[in-house]
Amino acid sequence: MSRYVSFRDFDWLLLVFVLIICGLGVMEIQSATQHTKFAGSHIKQIYWVLGGVGMMFLMSLINYQALLEQIHWFYIAGVGSLMAVLVFGQKYLGARRWIKMPGGNNHFQPSEWVKIILILAVAKYFADMRQRELSWSDFIKAGAIVGFPMLLVLAQPDLGTALTYVPIAIMGVFLGGLQWKQGLAVGLLAAVAVGAVFFTPRVHVLKSYQKQRLTSFLEPDADPQGSGYQVTQSLIAVGSGGLWGGKGSQTHGAFLPVPQTDFIFAAFAEEHGFVGALGVLLLYFIVLMRLTQNAQTAPDRAGTFVVMGVVAVLSFHILVNVGMVVGFMPVTGIPLPLMSYGGSSVLFMFLALGMVMNVRMRRFVN
Amino acid sequence: MFGRDEKVSAIRLTAAQYIILGIFLVLAYGLWRLQVMQSDYYSLAAEKNRIRNVPILAPRGKILDREGRTIVDNYPSFSALLLRDSSRDLVADADLIAQGLHLDPNEVRARIRRFASMPQYQPIFLKEDITPDELAFIDAHRNELPELDTIMAHRRLYPRNGFMAHLIGYVGEVTEDMLNQPQFELYGPGDMVGVSGVERQYNSVLMGKNGSRRALVNSHGREVGRLDETPAEPGKQLKLTIDIDLQIAAEQALEGKNGAIVAMDPRTGEVLAMVSRPTFDPNDFSVRISRDEWNKLVTDPDKPLLNKAIQAQLAPGSTFKIIMATAGWQEGIAQTLHVNCAGSAEFYGRRFGCWVKSGHGAVDIEKAIYQSCDVFFYTLAEKLGIDRIAKYATALGLGQKTGIDLPNEVSGVMPSEEWKIRNFKQKWFAGETISVGIGQGAVAITPVQLTRAIAAISMGGRMVVPHVVDPDGIPAGYVEVSHYTEVKNIPIEPSGWNLITDAMSRVLLPEGTAPSAHVPGIDIAGKTGSAQIVSLATRAKFKNSDDLAQNGWFVGFTPRRNPDIIVCVLFQGGEHGKLAARLATQVIKAFVDKQRRTPNKMVEKPKSGNVDMGALWTMPDGGGHQDKLESGRFAVALPKKPLVAATAAPGIH
Repeated sequence: MSRYVSFRDFDWLLLVFVLIICGLGVMEIQSATQHTKFAGSHIKQIYWVLGGVGMMFLMSLINYQALLEQIHWFYIAGVGSLMAVLVFGQKYLGARRWIKMPGGNNHFQPSEWVKIILILAVAKYFADMRQRELSWSDFIKAGAIVGFPMLLVLAQPDLGTALTYVPIAIMGVFLGGLQWKQGLAVGLLAAVAVGAVFFTPRVHVLKSYQKQRLTSFLEPDADPQGSGYQVTQSLIAVGSGGLWGGKGSQTHGAFLPVPQTDFIFAAFAEEHGFVGALGVLLLYFIVLMRLTQNAQTAPDRAGTFVVMGVVAVLSFHILVNVGMVVGFMPVTGIPLPLMSYGGSSVLFMFLALGMVMNVRMRRFVN
Repeated sequence: MFGRDEKVSAIRLTAAQYIILGIFLVLAYGLWRLQVMQSDYYSLAAEKNRIRNVPILAPRGKILDREGRTIVDNYPSFSALLLRDSSRDLVADADLIAQGLHLDPNEVRARIRRFASMPQYQPIFLKEDITPDELAFIDAHRNELPELDTIMAHRRLYPRNGFMAHLIGYVGEVTEDMLNQPQFELYGPGDMVGVSGVERQYNSVLMGKNGSRRALVNSHGREVGRLDETPAEPGKQLKLTIDIDLQIAAEQALEGKNGAIVAMDPRTGEVLAMVSRPTFDPNDFSVRISRDEWNKLVTDPDKPLLNKAIQAQLAPGSTFKIIMATAGWQEGIAQTLHVNCAGSAEFYGRRFGCWVKSGHGAVDIEKAIYQSCDVFFYTLAEKLGIDRIAKYATALGLGQKTGIDLPNEVSGVMPSEEWKIRNFKQKWFAGETISVGIGQGAVAITPVQLTRAIAAISMGGRMVVPHVVDPDGIPAGYVEVSHYTEVKNIPIEPSGWNLITDAMSRVLLPEGTAPSAHVPGIDIAGKTGSAQIVSLATRAKFKNSDDLAQNGWFVGFTPRRNPDIIVCVLFQGGEHGKLAARLATQVIKAFVDKQRRTPNKMVEKPKSGNVDMGALWTMPDGGGHQDKLESGRFAVALPKKPLVAATAAPGIH
C-alpha cells in the first residue's frame, strides 16, 4: 500500500496558503509585542511553526487508517490525560489546564491533542456506521464520545476549549446523516440549556467570570473598565483601523489586551485596515475550501470525516475568534489558529493538517 | 448495500461549504461595519484613549518686600502616588510602602480597596508633600515597587511661625462655588487660589496661567510620548510696600500679645508693616489642615484668623481726641476754650469722670492733648454737637473702609444723628455725644482707619489711601490700582495742625501721658488711648479678669513735621495707652535706626558727575577786620568711585 504514497501528492498549495497565514501571524506578533515584556515572541512562534511543519510531515507518513484501527487506545489515553490534568495539573489563573513537562519551562495542554483524537474517533464511528440515516442511538453515542472529554475540560475549567469540541460532533452527525427532526430537536434542547444556564441563578455551571464575559459581550458599555473593557478596546482597535489601516495606537499603547494571542486579529485589523483583514479572511476561506475539496477526494468515508472534522474545528475557531474581535461573539479565550501566538495551538493545527495530508496522499489508494 | 467505501453525501459536503461561506460573509460584514461604516467613531475613540491633556501647573508669583527681598516663595513639593499596574499585588506591597512613607499599612490597604472600583488609569494619592527621606525611599525602590510614583507641584513656602500671616494670606483649593463665578473662569477643580490676604487680593497677578501638554499614554496611563505643549505662564512677582526690617520689629513688639500694629508712610499711604496677633501658620493651609487644627483656629476667642489691623472694630478711646481737637479748631471753638478740670463734670444731668480723679486744673487745648484731659473734650463735644464731630471724623475717613488693598476690610462706625435714626429708629440723645468726645460710646474704628486719619492730620490735611502693594509694580490690566495714589485734601488750618502736633510731641515728654515711651534723639509725636470694652459698671463686677481689661492704643509719627512714618498700635488688654506707646516707639526706633544706617541718598543716587549744593561761608572783607557772611551755590564734583558709607562711628571698632 505504502509504495503508492508519495510527497508528490502532498497538498503543497494548501501548505503555501497556511504558511502565508502563519507568516502574517508572526509579523503581527512582532509588531504587537515590540516594546513589551513579550518582545521576541515572534521568534519563538517561528520555531513553533517550523516544528509544526515537521510534525505535519511525520503525521502524514503514518497511515490514518492504521491510526483509526487503534483509535480506542488513543481515546482512552486522551481521556486519561485530561483526568491527569485535573489531578496533577498546574494551577494558573484559577484553572488547571497544563501539565508541566519534565525539563525546561514547557507546559503541555492535553485538551489540544484530545481534539485530534476526537476528530479521529468521530470519523471512525461514522465510517463504521451501516445505515444512511442517523438513528437516535447513534446520535447519542456520537454525542457521548465528544461529550465525556468535553465535561472533563469544562471541569478545568476551560469553557473555550470545551466548546471547540462541539463542532467536531456537529460536523460528524451532519455528514453522518442527521435527520431534520433530530437537528431541530437538538437545536431546541441546546437553546433551552443555554437559557437555563444563563437565567437560572442557582445553576453554577458557568463560573462568574465566564458569565460576566458572556454578558459583557451583550452590553460592552455597561462596565467599560472591567469585563467589557476587552470587547470595547477590540472594537475601537478594529474600527480605528479604517479602510487601509492606521497607526495601531490601540495595539501599541497596550489598550488592546493580549494582542499577540486571542486578539491578534484585532491588532492586525487595526494596523492593516479593512483591506488587510478581509485579505486574511480570504486566505482562511481558501484554506477551508481547499480542505473540503480534499475531503471530497478522500479515498474512503473515514478520510472524508477526518478532513471535515479539521474543517469544523478550524471554522469554529475562526468564527468564534473573529466574531469576538468584531463584537459578534463573547470573549471566550479561543485563539485564532495559525496566527495567534502559542505552541499548543500551532502544533495542533499542523498535526490536524498532517492528517489532512495523510488522507490526501492516499486518495488513489483503493 | 452500505459499506465503508460508500461516499459521504456530496450534497451535505457542499452544504457545509455554503455554511462556511455564510460564516465568512457574516464576519466580513462585521469588519465592514466597524472599519468602513463606523470608522470615524472608533478613530475618535482611539484618539481619546491615547491622548490625554496633562495640565502644566503655573507656579505662583513670588511676593517680595519693598527692597526686593523674598517673603513668599514656592518650593517643589512631591506627592507619593500609587499606579495601579495590574502586574503588581498592591495589597501585598502595602506593608513595605507604608513603612517607607511612614503611613499606617491598614490605611494604605483601605485606600487601595476604596479605589478598587475606580478606573485603572487613575492613580491613588498616598501622601502629599513627602519628606526628602520618603522621596529617597521611592527612588531607591524603583525596581521593587514600580507602582510607586511621585508627582511634583509647586507649593507656597510662607514665613514660619505666622510671620506676616494675615497680610500675606494663604492659598487653598478653589471651591465649587468659586468655579461658577466669572472671575475664576481660568480655574479648574483642584487648582490653588488665594483665599485671604494679598494672595487673594492680587490673585490674578500671582496666579499665572496653567499650560497643558497633550501626552500620548498607554492603557496604564503611563506617558509614552507627547504631541505638543503649551508652556505655563508663571505668575507675576508682587512687590509689597512692606519693609521686612520694620515688619520684624513690629512682629517682635507684639510677640505674645494680642492686638495689631500698622506702620505707614503718611506721605504715600505705603504700609511699611502690618501685624495682627495672635497669628497662625499659613504653611499648614498650603498642604491640608486637619479638622482639629482648623476648629481650634476658628473657635479661639482671640480670633487668630482675623487681621485685626483692618478687621477689629473697637472704640478708639483718647486717640479720638486728636480728631476732636481738629474739629474744634476748624470750628473756631478749641482756640479759646479753657476748662477747669476738677476730675469730673456734669453734662445733661449725668456726671462724667476724668481719668485723673483729682483733676487737671486749668486746661487749654494743648494741655488737654498731652495730658489727655477728658473733661476738656467732654466740654468740646458738647459745644460741637454730634453732627459736627461726625462731619470731621467722616471727612478723615473714620467709620468707612479705607480702601486698603486687602480683602474683607470692615468699615467700623462713626455715629451721627442720621446714623442712629437709620439703624435704631431712635433719636440721638445729647448725652451720647459726651462719650463720643473721648472716643467711647458708639464710635468703632479699625487700626488702619485711625492710622490714616492721624496721618492726614500730621500731613496738614493731605489724606492718602493705605496700600500694601507697590502700584507701579502691577502690570496693566490685572488689578485696578490707580486709586491707591489718589490724595484727598482735608482743609485744616496750619495753625491748628501745628499746635496739635506740637502738643502730641509732648505726650512722650515728662509732662505727657506716656513719658516712659520716650526715645532720646527721636522726635515722636503721638497720642495714647485706653478704651473700655464694657461699661465701668460691668467691669467692676468682673474685676481682675483679663478678658475685660481695657484696650491700649497709641498712634505716633516721626518727625513732628513732614513725618516719614506713622505707627498705630492696638494692644488688646493692654490697660493703658502708655504700654501701647512703648510698642510703637520700638517700631519707630527700628525705622529711624535703619534710616540712619542707610547710606545717604545723595551718595547713593548720582554715581558720578556734579552735585549742586547750597552753602554758607564767611569771607574776610577787604579791611581784614570783619568777616562777611556769604552765601551761594557750589557744583561739587563727585569722585568716580562711590563713597564708602560708614557703618560705625569712626574710632569705634
